[in-house]
Amino acid sequence: MSLLGAPEVTEDGEFIINIGPQHPSTHGVLHLKVWLDGEMIKKVQPHLGYIHRSIEKMSESLSYRNFIFATSRMDYLSAHINNEACALTVEKGLQIEAPPRAQVIRIIMAELTRLSSHQLWWGCTGLDLGAVSPFFFAFREREAIMEIMEETCGARLTQNYMVPGGVMYDIHPNFQNRVKTVLKQIKENFKEYDQLLTGNVIFEGRTKGVGYLSPEDAISYGCTGPTARGSGVSCDIRKWFPYDGYEKVQFEEILGTGGDCYSRYMVRMAEMKQSVYIIEQLIDNIPEGDFQAKTKNVIKLPKGEFYQRVETARGELGVYIVSDGAASPYRIKYRSPNFSNLSALEHMATGAKIGDLVAIMATIDLVIPDVDR
Amino acid sequence: MTNEELKVSVSALYPAITFDETGEFLNAISSVAEFRSVMKTLRHNKELEFDFLFCLTCIDWKTHLMMVYHLMSKTHKHVLVLKVKLDDTKDPQIESVADIWKTAIFHEREVFDLFGVNFKNHPDMRRILLDESWDGFPLRKNYVDENMISI
Repeated sequence: MSLLGAPEVTEDGEFIINIGPQHPSTHGVLHLKVWLDGEMIKKVQPHLGYIHRSIEKMSESLSYRNFIFATSRMDYLSAHINNEACALTVEKGLQIEAPPRAQVIRIIMAELTRLSSHQLWWGCTGLDLGAVSPFFFAFREREAIMEIMEETCGARLTQNYMVPGGVMYDIHPNFQNRVKTVLKQIKENFKEYDQLLTGNVIFEGRTKGVGYLSPEDAISYGCTGPTARGSGVSCDIRKWFPYDGYEKVQFEEILGTGGDCYSRYMVRMAEMKQSVYIIEQLIDNIPEGDFQAKTKNVIKLPKGEFYQRVETARGELGVYIVSDGAASPYRIKYRSPNFSNLSALEHMATGAKIGDLVAIMATIDLVIPDVDR
Repeated sequence: MTNEELKVSVSALYPAITFDETGEFLNAISSVAEFRSVMKTLRHNKELEFDFLFCLTCIDWKTHLMMVYHLMSKTHKHVLVLKVKLDDTKDPQIESVADIWKTAIFHEREVFDLFGVNFKNHPDMRRILLDESWDGFPLRKNYVDENMISI
């Protein structure tokens, strides 16, 4: 690999270029090795592990209360939902359920997280494709959501608010009012989102028909979340295996038809509206009562295996705990959505142009710490 | 299909498979020799049709390694966990399923990287998360790193 001077050339006359690990379009420390014939991509090889911390190994020596905090650092844009997945797995092992109040708070928090995550994605997608303004518009409402998080959870990004048995504290007295104000604002701003990007001729040209993923390939590659739903694969865990009372709220699973970048874009845009709809149903109906079920100080799970999956902003997160009866897990595996979604990148990008690679990367919506764990 | 029906149809095809129903999902334990053929049948049999491999991992039980495959059928909406016991912990080997489910390409590389399980006929068997020069397999229970500090 030559870092300076002429690029590497294969015997067939293909250029090999390296994108990343420090590159704005990879949204983190991901290194892509790309084989090019002119502008055409012949092969892409992702090199991962630049931010691998072995959270699975660390968790083996942490207690069932403590290992949850590490998962906020995986997919940091869905920190709440990651925490929720772990809390639910431990609850499954203990055979307890969070009280109704805690469940509703969890759903509201999870949907706020999904909203803020999709907003960040929307801004970054615009930025990646050369439109700078969406980034500032997206951060405007995202900031308001972050402030709500800060007020109730004490943290903006790595909240660590979900604990086995419920949530850590009760919601802040201002919570309901602030959420309602923010939702009202967000609903008005959706129009601006569409005006800025969705109908934009350049944006449509860059995304329509680009990075096609067939439904069969999406399933075979283990793609989940909006990446798979853009290809029309039904995979919303909130519908398939409802948890925390998602079966009681009304919402639609958004399915795209195109399988291209534009389809994945439209799925996420529609999902934001569904998240708003879910929160609206619940915000005035938070039941009274405990926000946390009683658990022992030292949690010990019975011998056995527990698997829980949740729908994060990027797809299906699976937490697989193998317990030998001790106070910390014997083995823990996080089946992270981004790891599987990334594996489909080569398939999607081969045959596309180098500029399209950025559009494909943007619409898979990768968060690298979740890939590397 | 319910777990009971699954059990009946799988054991009709492969009588040697044993079952464990203690957990949430139906666990089927296969032998290394039969493994590849079992997986092909699970994927292509019209009644079973497990088209979605949603989790692939390994557990180190000190005396042996256990490969765990979480399979789901999108059409029939049933889940099966297939396990394979690998007795040789020094040089564990198993057939790759990367040609049946493409998601296994990455997941098998991860298991190779962190557990040292060698997947035969895998298209690209390299370490995925750690550096090529890394010594040992971190998720093994006997892994020692002198730089590791316990708190």
